[in-house]
Amino acid sequence: MSERFDCIIVGAGPAGISCAYELAKGGAKVLLLERGEYPGSKNVMGGVLYRKMMEDVIPDFYKEAPLERPIVEQRFMMMDKESAVTFGYKGMEWGKEPYNNFTVLRAKFDQWFASKAVEQGALLVNETVVTECIVENEKVVGVRTDRPDGDVYADVVVLADGVNSLLAKSLGFHKEYKPDEVALATMEILKFDKKVIEDRFNLEPNQGCTIELFGDATKGILGTGFLYTNSNSLSIGVGTLLSGLIKHKIRPHELLDYVKNHPMIRPYLHGGEQQEYLAHLIPEGGYKSMGKVVGNGVIVVGDAAQLVNAIHREGSNLAMTSGRYAAETILKAMEIGDYSEATLDQYRVNLMASFVGQDMKKYKDSTHHFDKFPQYFDQYIPMMNRAASQMFTVDGTSKWDKQKKIWKDIGSPKEKIKIARDMYRAWKVMK
Amino acid sequence: MLHIVACIKQVPDTKIIKMNPKTNTMDRASAPAILNPYDAHAVEEAVRLKKRYGGTVSVLTMGPPPAVKAIKKCIEIGADEGYMISDRKFAGADTLATSYALTKALDKISKIQPVDLVLCGKMTIDGDTGQVGPGIARRLDIPPLTSVKKVEEVNKNDGFVIVHRKIEDGYEVIRSSLPCLMSVEKEINEVPYSPFPNMLRAARYEPHIWSVDDLEDVDVKQLGLKGSPTIVAKVWAPPKPEAGKMLEGTPNEKVEELLSIVLEKKELFQAKGVSQ
Amino acid sequence: MNFEEYSGVWVFIEEQEGSVAQVSLELLGAGRRLADKRGVALGGVLIGDNVKSLAKTVFEHGADVVYVYDQEIFTHYRTESFMKALLHCSETHKPEIILFGATSNGKDLASAVATDLPTGLTADTTELDVEEDTGLLLASRPAFGGNIMATILCKKYRPQMATVRPKVMQALTPEPGRTGRLVEESIDLREQDIRTQVLEIVKSTTKKVRIDEADIIVAGGKGLGSAEGFNLIHQLANTVGGAVGASRDVVEAGWIEHHHQVGQTGVTVTPKIYIAVGISGAIQHLVGMKNSGMIIAINKDPNAAIFEACHYGIVGDAFEILPLLIKEFGKALSMEEVDHVREV
Ligand SMILES: Cc1cc2nc3c(=O)[nH]c(=O)nc-3n(C[C@H](O)[C@H](O)[C@H](O)COP(=O)(O)OP(=O)(O)OC[C@H]3O[C@@H](n4cnc5c(N)ncnc54)[C@H](O)[C@@H]3O)c2cc1C
Ligand SMILES: Cc1cc2nc3c(=O)[nH]c(=O)nc-3n(C[C@H](O)[C@H](O)[C@H](O)COP(=O)(O)OP(=O)(O)OC[C@H]3O[C@@H](n4cnc5c(N)ncnc54)[C@H](O)[C@@H]3O)c2cc1C
Ligand SMILES: Nc1ncnc2c1ncn2[C@@H]1O[C@H](COP(=O)(O)O)[C@@H](O)[C@H]1O
Repeated sequence: MSERFDCIIVGAGPAGISCAYELAKGGAKVLLLERGEYPGSKNVMGGVLYRKMMEDVIPDFYKEAPLERPIVEQRFMMMDKESAVTFGYKGMEWGKEPYNNFTVLRAKFDQWFASKAVEQGALLVNETVVTECIVENEKVVGVRTDRPDGDVYADVVVLADGVNSLLAKSLGFHKEYKPDEVALATMEILKFDKKVIEDRFNLEPNQGCTIELFGDATKGILGTGFLYTNSNSLSIGVGTLLSGLIKHKIRPHELLDYVKNHPMIRPYLHGGEQQEYLAHLIPEGGYKSMGKVVGNGVIVVGDAAQLVNAIHREGSNLAMTSGRYAAETILKAMEIGDYSEATLDQYRVNLMASFVGQDMKKYKDSTHHFDKFPQYFDQYIPMMNRAASQMFTVDGTSKWDKQKKIWKDIGSPKEKIKIARDMYRAWKVMK
Repeated sequence: MLHIVACIKQVPDTKIIKMNPKTNTMDRASAPAILNPYDAHAVEEAVRLKKRYGGTVSVLTMGPPPAVKAIKKCIEIGADEGYMISDRKFAGADTLATSYALTKALDKISKIQPVDLVLCGKMTIDGDTGQVGPGIARRLDIPPLTSVKKVEEVNKNDGFVIVHRKIEDGYEVIRSSLPCLMSVEKEINEVPYSPFPNMLRAARYEPHIWSVDDLEDVDVKQLGLKGSPTIVAKVWAPPKPEAGKMLEGTPNEKVEELLSIVLEKKELFQAKGVSQ
Repeated sequence: MNFEEYSGVWVFIEEQEGSVAQVSLELLGAGRRLADKRGVALGGVLIGDNVKSLAKTVFEHGADVVYVYDQEIFTHYRTESFMKALLHCSETHKPEIILFGATSNGKDLASAVATDLPTGLTADTTELDVEEDTGLLLASRPAFGGNIMATILCKKYRPQMATVRPKVMQALTPEPGRTGRLVEESIDLREQDIRTQVLEIVKSTTKKVRIDEADIIVAGGKGLGSAEGFNLIHQLANTVGGAVGASRDVVEAGWIEHHHQVGQTGVTVTPKIYIAVGISGAIQHLVGMKNSGMIIAINKDPNAAIFEACHYGIVGDAFEILPLLIKEFGKALSMEEVDHVREV
């Protein structure tokens, strides 16, 4: 009979590792199971790592973690076919300790983060796939892995297996996601000389920039693109709801090729050597798609619990926070020796009271809203580009006349009312 | 009870390694470090012999600190103990210096428990020589058995082994005295997916790590770069062969054209069936 | 170490079924070139039982001297016995270079001898040269899975040693009647000094296709999709009277046994015609067949690397092209054979 653990965590992503770290630190006997060759080997993210939530787990982590660049500038590009309206913020305060956020490459970062959990005493086993939860008397008592003699038992199992969580699904916690609840993201990492990156993005060494891409980046399909600076590579990617891809009959890598060749983007990428091509799902259904997150002897965290803020491309931070809350609850449960759903439910309560739950609720309608009304992406952004073009083209027309013309171009009074209504609706789902 | 030591090495996965087209150098960072695939078979064979005859399986490697990972992989396969010798003074060793250092480590291991059998892989995929195994055997003054594709019997009481040794057109059945060293072929076994308890053991396992100073009677002049008679003088990219003529047209036309080209040299086909 | 004492290029002569192995003849060709450049003698070392008669072939292929150890104890190759003879020979006659075929026995012997001498040994070389004045052997070989070539030197020790891949060097056309100095040696070695015994030699029962000796090879890769698909390769090979070759991925998939594998970890082949079907042309495969007389590649991917390495290329689906080829070759060759008979 195999060994027993206090807790088994399935999946060594930010959610699982945070949970393992906190539990091990609290003295629990923890087993962290990962199917990849090493943590991060299969993980995909743009990716921006937020300092605050990471510091809640490991203070001052930025002094030793393998981070790419601290971000000092965030830009937003509203793109049309051959133009873009760009705005953003750059501030030197973000370039100093304690920083705001960082770009990371998950393959390196997760590996480091997991090694920290191991230092705390967690046992990490890679290259092992958990195939199902072992349920006895309606309680999860362990997991079955794909290896010979592969059953392991524990008081609590934490499912941190990422988007799609097949394990939570097989427990009946959530249904198969619908195409409008998940986004498919594809990205590439292109290698460059540090110097080239710094010149192209107007950065000092050890400064980074992120650009979020809207509108024509996704050919008007609901979704976004991104272009992030790493130490000596750039991450370029696009993500759109699966439903959008299906509707427009476009393949994800075609979309990525499209944005890579977009005249607003191509000059940034010129001469890069492709290092990696990655594709991954992002749960974007938000609050309304969240399934059950607690059961007898089991807790679901991170992407597996649909904890992603699609609007602000936040995910890893919610994952870490959820992992940390799960650990706190489990340590309490260990004190009283009760791992029932009722006791573990404290995790859900804490989570929903925190920024995680609040943000999930705040944006609960956003994805659905934008999905229902595609005009935001395929009409208003081009409109904004045309307006800017007219306004800034110096051709002898007075600015008054230009404004009038722009106003007229927007359309009939009826259309103007529609736009106003859409803007109000957007404001409502985002506020 | 047998004590079997398998010598293993961590190597860059040369299947994945990328070349820098400008400088013609290898981008070593691009290739993940793996357990030399041939050595996995050596460890697996050791584990099988242990199951058959009882005993202990140790693995030994010389390499930089990250090579601990390769040892853990061997524990996953079923090895009991792992030894690593790691020291700057070992760096840059060719096969002669490698076999010297490994022999010194084997001397030390055999003081912990006498060694009956040393196993090596057929070759490493980076060094790619297959010379280290026989080198160790000579230094230990035990018979080297290379190209072993089957171990028929290990008899510790009577002090012999019987193995099949692959040769160009078949194999030889060889009897050798024990202790001896075997370099094993890939076909000797299949390395199965490791059972979960081994994974747990490997995750916890910490190998014995020795520096030069931990070894006895070491002549440092025979170690590392200094102790290596061979040196790599020049490295270059293999010349790309020239591209040939592409045949155009419909499949039928292409085949027809090919046939006319080939059959023009019909003297080649006269050799049909005749060996020269 | 006084380098002046060391002179001459040697080849370890392997015996195979009563004759000199092909690889040894090739090495004599390469060794002759090195010896001439240096202005020294080319020697062959023959170890075995009843092998003295082979010296003739060795002379005819370019050797000036043949050292023979003809003793019963050498009936079978054994590391310990052969090593002792070669060490004795080397210590007595002091060559500057010793070459071995990179065969099971050649590599085994070279590794053991190099350790005892001690000296440097370069494995699996594919190019050999020598510095005229210093006698430094420039031994080059593919490294890191064939991704690079490296030249290896052994500056401080003599003799310098290398194992050389079969089929990459060229044997000289034998010169009938050419002869040289025969040096008969022997060592005092008893059976009880040797710790291994050859109990039995088992030759492959399945009539093995010696693809390294075939004139025509039809080789298939992963592109054939399955073991069934790979049957087309067998069919074409049958039709043209050639042997079947394969890429490593095919061997690993279990569609065919390992001895059909062409490439760095398989056999090196130099047929007159090499037809590669559904093979991408990885460098590790190319090193094993690039010296073929005529290389024909069939692949559905126009960008496949194999097209950079072939004489004639066809972009197309194997499942369409192969049946056509089988049919057309079948027709043409049955006619050819009739032609041929008439000519004779
Ligand atoms: C293209 C892209 C860009 C993104 N950009 C950002 C960003 O900039 N900032 C941000 O904060 N978030 C971003 N996200 C979201 C973020 O990546 C996720 O929210 C975060 O990784 C979730 O962490 P997790 O630990 O829950 O899941 P994951 O990181 O997905 O980890 C799950 C782990 O579980 C393992 N696993 C799965 N199933 C099993 C099993 N059965 N057995 C064993 N192991 C298993 C997996 O191998 C994996 O390691 C982005 C996502 C994508 C796809
Ligand atoms: C250390 C080392 C040693 C190695 N040694 C060797 C060796 O000795 N020999 C060796 O071969 N490899 C060796 N390899 C492996 C080598 O790197 C390649 O992986 C291997 O040669 C690829 O085999 P392949 O061409 O059959 O398969 P793939 O690379 O998968 O290529 C299949 C090809 O078939 C084509 N194709 C697919 N369908 C069709 C169709 N219907 N019709 C026509 N074409 C089609 C595809 O376009 C593709 O080009 C070695 C690798 C390493 C790291
Ligand atoms: N650094 C090393 N540490 C331990 N074993 C080694 C090392 N290098 C080579 N070996 C062993 O020797 C075999 C042949 O290696 P090589 O001569 O490098 O092809 C390998 O398969 C290993 O078993």
